[in-house]
Amino acid sequence: MIMHYTFEIERGNFTDAGQASSSVKRTLKHLGVAPANIKRTVVALFEAEINAIAHAYGGTIDVDIDDEKIVMVVADSGPGIPNLDLAMQEGWSTASAEVREMGYGAGMGLPNIKKNTDDLKIESTVGVGTTVTMTVFFA
Amino acid sequence: MTIKEIARLVEGEIVGAPADDTYDVEKAFASDLMSDVLRFSMDETVLITGLCNNQTMRTSEMADLRVVVIGRDKQPDEDMLELAQDLDITLIKSKFSIFKISGILYQAGIKPLY
Repeated sequence: MIMHYTFEIERGNFTDAGQASSSVKRTLKHLGVAPANIKRTVVALFEAEINAIAHAYGGTIDVDIDDEKIVMVVADSGPGIPNLDLAMQEGWSTASAEVREMGYGAGMGLPNIKKNTDDLKIESTVGVGTTVTMTVFFA
Repeated sequence: MTIKEIARLVEGEIVGAPADDTYDVEKAFASDLMSDVLRFSMDETVLITGLCNNQTMRTSEMADLRVVVIGRDKQPDEDMLELAQDLDITLIKSKFSIFKISGILYQAGIKPLY
């Protein structure tokens, strides 16, 4: 079984934020993936989706699912992350007041992603964008 | 504690998905920060929040929450109510502050998440 999905990310569109994660959640449920692994997957993807909507100018989410794992690539064009060590720290945030009013920007996004994934790769170039690759193994 | 009992205690109105009488709530977590909600396991837990928008619903969906108390007399809009129904999440609207809702439920035996 190999499945592939692509979703678009629109800058600042918090109204539709979470639709990709919601869709992936339904797919994994349908496939019979263990609930604990579904939760880890969707929390990580949702946080990455919110990050891209909040900070970037637009992007895509590519999801590949096979029998053993799910690989999620969130690629945005945007300001990039100048200091990844700081961004990985709990509580560090550069979110705008608007983003905070939506209930985000607590500086827990990347730490939550790291906690919920088995493999996390972040490639970022200042002024160009960020690509976050997250893998969750089902076994 | 049943969802209807929670609604009665906080003098709330049930909206969104209908209350599941078989769902037993043991714990509560109060937060307006959705990333904090995503940090913890929310089994048998009610979320108490003053954040009243679609993101409250999406976060609840990802966290597997079944019931959310919306405090401070915030009014969910049609989109949010529709999303709550689609996601099978029961909302309890209460005029009380988050502190008061938390105090009432704590006194009634609902445990903190941690």
